Amino acid sequence: MNQNLGLIGKKLGNTQIFLEDGEVARVTAIQTGPCVVVGIRTPERDGYAALQLGFGQKREKLVRKPELGAFKKVGQAPSRVVKEFRLPADKCANYEVGQTLSTGEVFTEGQFVDVSATSKGRGFTGVMKRHNFSGAGTVGHGTHEYKRHGGSIGMNMTPGRTFKGMKMPGQHGSKKVTMLNLKVVRVLNDEGIILVAGGVPGPKNGHVTVRGAVKKKAKAEA
Amino acid sequence: MTTSSPQIEAIEAAYKRELPPFRVGDTVRVHFRIREGEKERIQVFEGVVIRRNSGGIGATFTVRKVSYGVGVERIFPAHSPRIETIEITARGHVRRAKLYFLRDLRGKKARLRASRRHGADEVVQKFKGRSTQGKKKRRR
Repeated sequence: MNQNLGLIGKKLGNTQIFLEDGEVARVTAIQTGPCVVVGIRTPERDGYAALQLGFGQKREKLVRKPELGAFKKVGQAPSRVVKEFRLPADKCANYEVGQTLSTGEVFTEGQFVDVSATSKGRGFTGVMKRHNFSGAGTVGHGTHEYKRHGGSIGMNMTPGRTFKGMKMPGQHGSKKVTMLNLKVVRVLNDEGIILVAGGVPGPKNGHVTVRGAVKKKAKAEA
Repeated sequence: MTTSSPQIEAIEAAYKRELPPFRVGDTVRVHFRIREGEKERIQVFEGVVIRRNSGGIGATFTVRKVSYGVGVERIFPAHSPRIETIEITARGHVRRAKLYFLRDLRGKKARLRASRRHGADEVVQKFKGRSTQGKKKRRR
């Protein structure tokens, strides 16, 4: 389980910056936070421990009544996005409802993070775009005669069926994608923006979730 | 690049430098900082600008020269902090934005007519040997 706290953010777009030694770093700018703690899940009450964070503003008119009630109960303005971050119970205890978490409190430069978001939807897509098949003209998958077809999807009498999970055309994109171990190149505290090396799934102005990397050993808690 | 947000532009602005007004067709001397092991030294690359690639902070320009009979082209990131100075030594009269035709020409044919545009000489004088590391405002 990811033991690191994260924030909800908005992807601003890609750019590049020059590092101290003049190297170019290609980065994605993400507006992270400020996030409000809108709820805390406890093992006693909910069966698991988690921190519920809200990001952004939402007009009251757009909020459903049960949702509005939940915000009223904790005395918060309705957030546009609400996400839960599962954390160990003892870590959750450090936070309280109504607390605001900003970029600088959560992220440090040089840290590695995982960024997840819904990727750009590409609709019903053929095998070349979706699975990187090479098409006719090169060797692979038995394709011939038709340039963008998939070619063979199996053998003959044995096994006499097409295997499950065979790569075929279908819906591509618009599903949750997580990029692991992206380095935080810069933390701009004043603006609440972090620059992470490399690309991040989803469109500009899309919502992303940024957490400390799950597959890197966490540095000693400050 | 047309859709970049104000926040992105603010980030880029901190890394942008003021560039001398060189154009495609100009002969420039690029003073480029090179790291060899521990030591740092400045190398000068002199040649004709055959391409300018816009793109905000990612803008580049290509300088071509003929060295010992071999054509050498080098692409510089325009806003790179490794560029110490860009000197303009001559202005060329050209009628297109990319001078790829120079690659096929050798010797006397590969010369460009001097620009007679208004103020061309003044610019050459002004930016001869002048440091352009004006904007050294870098974050941290």
